[in-house]
Amino acid sequence: MQSDGHKQPRMNAAIVGVGTLFDTLTLAALPPEDEAIRPAIRQLIADAIADLPSDRRARSWAGFDAAFSRKLGEAGFLGLTLPKAYGGQERGPFARFVVVEELLSAGAPVAAHWIADRQSAPLILNFGTEEQRQFYIPRICRGEFFFCIGMSEPNSGSDLASVRTRAERTDAGWRVNGQKIWTTNAMYSDYMIALLRTSGSADDRHSGLSQLIIDLKAPGVTVRPIMDLAGDSHFAEVFFDNVDLPADALIGAEGDGWRQVTAELAFERSGPERIYSSIILLDAWIAHLRHVGRKDSATLDLVGNFTARLATLRAMSIACTARLAAGDSPVVEASLVKDLGTSFEQELPIAIGADLAAWPDEVVSDDLHRTLAYITHLAPSFSLRGGTREILRGILARGMGLR
Amino acid sequence: MNAAEFIEPFARLMDEVMTPAAVRAAERGGDISSLWQMVQESGYLDALVSEEAGGAGLDLGVVHGLWQILGRRAVPLPIGETMLARALLSMAGQDAPDGPIVLAVMTGNAPVIVPLGQIAQHVLVENAAGLTLYSAASGAPQGTGIYGDLSARFQWDAVSGNSFAKPEAGLRAYAALLRAAMIAGAADELVQRTADYAAQRVQFGKPIGRQQALQQNLAVMAEHAVAARLASQLGCAGGLPISPAAAATAKSVASHAAALVANTAHAVHGAIGISEEYDLQLLTRRLHEWRLADGSENYWNRILGAQRLASAAASVDFVRSALPCAAR
Ligand SMILES: Cc1cc2nc3c(=O)[nH]c(=O)nc-3n(C[C@H](O)[C@H](O)[C@H](O)COP(=O)(O)OP(=O)(O)OC[C@H]3O[C@@H](n4cnc5c(N)ncnc54)[C@H](O)[C@@H]3O)c2cc1C
Repeated sequence: MQSDGHKQPRMNAAIVGVGTLFDTLTLAALPPEDEAIRPAIRQLIADAIADLPSDRRARSWAGFDAAFSRKLGEAGFLGLTLPKAYGGQERGPFARFVVVEELLSAGAPVAAHWIADRQSAPLILNFGTEEQRQFYIPRICRGEFFFCIGMSEPNSGSDLASVRTRAERTDAGWRVNGQKIWTTNAMYSDYMIALLRTSGSADDRHSGLSQLIIDLKAPGVTVRPIMDLAGDSHFAEVFFDNVDLPADALIGAEGDGWRQVTAELAFERSGPERIYSSIILLDAWIAHLRHVGRKDSATLDLVGNFTARLATLRAMSIACTARLAAGDSPVVEASLVKDLGTSFEQELPIAIGADLAAWPDEVVSDDLHRTLAYITHLAPSFSLRGGTREILRGILARGMGLR
Repeated sequence: MNAAEFIEPFARLMDEVMTPAAVRAAERGGDISSLWQMVQESGYLDALVSEEAGGAGLDLGVVHGLWQILGRRAVPLPIGETMLARALLSMAGQDAPDGPIVLAVMTGNAPVIVPLGQIAQHVLVENAAGLTLYSAASGAPQGTGIYGDLSARFQWDAVSGNSFAKPEAGLRAYAALLRAAMIAGAADELVQRTADYAAQRVQFGKPIGRQQALQQNLAVMAEHAVAARLASQLGCAGGLPISPAAAATAKSVASHAAALVANTAHAVHGAIGISEEYDLQLLTRRLHEWRLADGSENYWNRILGAQRLASAAASVDFVRSALPCAAR
């Protein structure tokens, strides 16, 4: 054995009194009054998806249907966490979990309102002025205003603090120049909440960043959709060429952009969409197994494995929701659940593909075949969007005191 | 009911008496009777026995916290098994004897290996007749020859005794849920110890925990330890009687985590983790034992998979009804 530099701590000495790691993430139940929402939302979803095949439903939160989003708003299923004073339902994160779970589980086309409901409205509520709240939030709750997230730039992906797109003060407000990229739904959105540099240079990192609400109809804004590898165009490049914005485009305090974006990312990462991206494929595969009547032990093993993990991830996601309900910003916990959840979502198409092709004599429906291919091709994005796997693990390592 | 009220005194008791030295002494065949006496006097063995029958009547969700401590301290006494056995005996109106009880599922008269069998005085056996309490000696316990292992091989030829109905999910489901909670406790302990070690051990002029490769592995290790905890909490949420789906989910996820957590713990510790003198092995050997005991992840996956395929429900609906996060 080597020097005494690593003389072991004795089993008891170092550990007594130390609690459980990440113990704030603990089993929580959905309150019965929130569970009670399910039948009503189901009814609404059933109409919207009646004619959609699995491979369309598999697009779920990339599926855009403005009319459906407005219907959800009318029926009171948007803004569930937001105060009544701003047109919300004031029900809280658990109610939102129930509605979101139903929407995702059915593969309803939710892209239109998704980002506004999930993170833009809470951001405006937390950091906006009274005028901003009054103007934006009620319209978000009605499914009328759609938002996109302007964080990534061509040279700023994981290293978000290096953004270069600038907003400069003018007599009337702000002038924006630069470019965002990978902006989901930019072409359908009314507004972007952008992380911009308002002072200093990219070398100043976290200081000098601010968030602005950009009206995408303003002169000087150009949105160019980007087609993805499955032939869909859900994200875009957005160019800003001397875009003039009023003074009240600033949301929150100037220079506070990094702190605000961190809080926003907790909302972005903590929801059940980080465990349910492949759920339509899972259900289509199980329907296939039931149809062909396959029950050998390898099949049961795989089905049981997925079921146990799904149940556990769901419990973890509800545990995360409980942190939101308690008023926390569960940055580390959300990273943990997202990384484990996206690993599960990514494993499903690979394992299901291997399974189906191991039985070449079974007839696989066109619908299942397309759904499998779609999820297989898109699955790599599950651990990129919303922060990459490596970045999330870095956040966890920091939470464990390693950085 | 405030869970901490029950869990904290138990944690203190285990911290005090279950030192690594005590664990090693028991593993080497030392006398455990005074330790057992202390546990017995603490009253915790009747944690799951109803209050009317003189027990504490704790929720399974609270008992989960006690079971985790048993795992965290690598406790070489069948405290969790005895809690379950005493509850099942009490529900059947039978008196429970003093002394450690372990749990075994027998098929015909084939021999079975039971963790901690060498120090048990009684075995609650499930066989075709239902559940029967045997003296350990009547099963002719044999050691396994594995280093530091207190499990024993039992065999009973003739089956006789005062049998009573087995729980619907079977005794193995009960034992598996206990194992899952113990795995969760040991896994959490290992994550914390491994992170501490990585922050202290210096190579290339800085703590190895500053290396991104190790940080990423430690993050994954933590994810699986937390998953084991939530899965076993979920398994306990429905209370008694335990359902097959609850046991299966808990044991499948925990057993999968067990191997991964043990591997990463050793990888980060380097050679010192392989030495007997270092305490890591007390936990990692247990993790491997508990992973396989009472059904591995594959065994429970098959049980859960069959139940899932029998249902026409969508996956989320199946999971919501078979595995609710709250008491049924
Ligand atoms: C479908 C989809 C939708 C998206 N929607 C939006 C949106 O609406 N708005 C928006 O702003 N952005 C959006 N994004 C962009 C997303 O946030 C980025 O893809 C992500 O932050 C990663 O940035 P990058 O793609 O530039 O990869 P890079 O940052 O270049 O990373 C490439 C690889 O290097 C690794 N890496 C980078 N830095 C480190 C490090 N320090 N340590 C270890 N590994 C590292 C990464 O983990 C990754 O594996 C979307 C992306 C996708 C795929």
